[in-house]
Amino acid sequence: AKYREVDEDFFEELEEVLISADVGVHAVMDLIEELEAEVKRRNIKDTKEVREVISEKLVELYYGDEDEEEVEGLKEVEDGLTVYLFVGVNGVGKTTSIGKLAHQLKQDGKKVMLAAADTFRAGAIEQLDAWGSRVGVDVVKHSAGSDPAAVVYDGIKAAKSRKADVLICDTAGRLQNKVNLMNELSKVKKVITREIPEAPHEVLLTLDATTGQNAMSQAKTFAEATDVTGIVLTKLDGTAKGGIILAIRKELEIPVKLVGLGESVDDLEPFDAHAFVYGLFADMIDEYEEPEEKE
Amino acid sequence: MAFEGLSDRLQGTIQKIKGKGKVNEQDVKEMTREVRLALLEADVNFKVVKDFIKKIRERAVGQEVMESLTPGQQVIKIVKEELSELMGGDESRIAVAKKPPTVIMMVGLQGAGKTTTAGKLANLLRKSYNRKPMLAAADVYRPAAIDQLETIGKQLDFPVYSEGTDADPVDIARQAVEEAKEQNHDYLIIDTAGRLHIDGELMGELGRVKEAVNPDEIFLVVDAMTGQDAVNVAESFDEQLDISGVLLTKLDGDTRGGAALSIKAVTGKPIKFVGMGEKLDALEVFHPERMASRILGM
Ligand SMILES: Nc1nc2c(ncn2[C@@H]2O[C@H](COP(=O)(O)OP(=O)(O)OP(=O)(O)O)[C@@H](O)[C@H]2O)c(=O)[nH]1
Ligand SMILES: Nc1nc2c(ncn2[C@@H]2O[C@H](COP(=O)(O)OP(=O)(O)OP(=O)(O)O)[C@@H](O)[C@H]2O)c(=O)[nH]1
Ligand SMILES: [K+]
Ligand SMILES: [Mg+2]
Ligand SMILES: [Mg+2]
Repeated sequence: AKYREVDEDFFEELEEVLISADVGVHAVMDLIEELEAEVKRRNIKDTKEVREVISEKLVELYYGDEDEEEVEGLKEVEDGLTVYLFVGVNGVGKTTSIGKLAHQLKQDGKKVMLAAADTFRAGAIEQLDAWGSRVGVDVVKHSAGSDPAAVVYDGIKAAKSRKADVLICDTAGRLQNKVNLMNELSKVKKVITREIPEAPHEVLLTLDATTGQNAMSQAKTFAEATDVTGIVLTKLDGTAKGGIILAIRKELEIPVKLVGLGESVDDLEPFDAHAFVYGLFADMIDEYEEPEEKE
Repeated sequence: MAFEGLSDRLQGTIQKIKGKGKVNEQDVKEMTREVRLALLEADVNFKVVKDFIKKIRERAVGQEVMESLTPGQQVIKIVKEELSELMGGDESRIAVAKKPPTVIMMVGLQGAGKTTTAGKLANLLRKSYNRKPMLAAADVYRPAAIDQLETIGKQLDFPVYSEGTDADPVDIARQAVEEAKEQNHDYLIIDTAGRLHIDGELMGELGRVKEAVNPDEIFLVVDAMTGQDAVNVAESFDEQLDISGVLLTKLDGDTRGGAALSIKAVTGKPIKFVGMGEKLDALEVFHPERMASRILGM
């Protein structure tokens, strides 16, 4: 549908588009309400102008009151070892994202090592190992079924003695309602902190963009267990939009730091809130704009 | 939690009605609005919700609710009935080929649970149906995908047919069928690589595998945590492969699982089994009524 005017139909379609993007029905209703008020206040008549306002409001929803709208990168220490811990539910893309990140850091001239602390899932150690060979970084591993905390401990020892700049720890996927497994994860984190007090420098919760509203529960519980510092939003190369991260950022103040755009080694990018937000409703606006630009 | 069950949601309206002693159309509208919110929060696709609410409203405006002494209960009853019916139908039956082996193909998005569920399914076939399945490793892309399936095969003591990562999945599948025949396996479960429904090349590959081995079942494996996109994925896989059923994984989590309703509504294909854990015996028969209660948070 092409809407020239900002009328009720326009807002209804916008509501549908944003709900389809997994933004969440409550966030969407609040947003539409605000938008309607804003459009009225500014006396906006056509959809082209309203696009700006939608973007503005969505970005505002993401950043809240903060002014800093810069890209939020990963924390690194100048001297000594930087440790990143990847956490998340099953199958979201932790191991793959670690492979990609290791590649990026290596290209930046860093010495990177990986710790295979998913000792549980069939083939998990081999998978991380394969990524290690692919990007040319060493992987610290124990045998399947061993204690993940011990792997991480050895990882830190090895990374220190080999003077690595960055150690990235993979962990087994776990659903957030499994209390024992969440405790195990807290323990893994504690081991890291015991060895290096300010580490892990990032705890990266990996979220699959295909996930719906359950991502909020994931973020809450993983944040409680491990003080998540950032999100890696994967599988954005599909048709899912990952809109739930807006509410997660707003409620829990966890920023998205990286996005996954495929299965290849280069498919990892920094998060750009403006581009992301535009992607949420781009289909709708583009459809409208096409005829205008054909002069 | 932000999620309220449907009964809690309806309390406000029910209180109001109690005061008046009679239900009018406006009350029904309010109640169905709550139903709509509950379904959207459970990740049911908004188009599916729209059609569903229309149906509920039609039934609810009728006498069942308007003349009931417990209109809230009536609405809940109707919603549950309609939900169960929408998701129900076919029992969790698995095809049996006239001439063995029965060939099952596992397909789906990346990380949905195909490889794990392939192992679970083989396990179930042996345990509950006394069958003798073999597994085939046709994912040549994901790092260590074959290792993963082989490990699962070893854990369960099933043979795994593989040709490494240099072979073509179509040839692997074709050879696996021959191998299964030769070794008298009555079931062959083919694991395939995860792929996006919009990836023309890889979807084409699945089409060729299908053509080559003519599977008796093509199971779409779907993560129960999937959001609104579930309909696009299911519709697209079904259009391109004509799937025979759906396996819903990771239901041991705390997701409402509205994807189940979405998928059934757009494809009409039955949900056969649900994954209830990472362990290889955690595969259960799908129960529509339980799923309905779960989606409604009650
Ligand atoms: N299309 C796409 N696929 C991805 C992306 N990131 C990861 N994947 C795929 O998703 C699947 C799961 O990725 P993994 O890295 O194994 O996920 P994980 O979180 O480590 O999984 P577990 O360890 O089993 O919990 C694999 O097939 C990956 O290739 C992405 O950004 N886009
Ligand atoms: N908790 C839970 N985890 C599951 C279930 N089914 C699969 N998993 C986990 O989900 C993750 C992904 O499972 P896989 O079997 O590797 O998924 P896949 O679809 O083969 O993944 P790709 O081959 O990368 O596309 C693994 O960590 C599994 O252990 C389930 O029912 N419950
Ligand atoms: K998934
Ligand atoms: Mg992993
Ligand atoms: Mg697999």
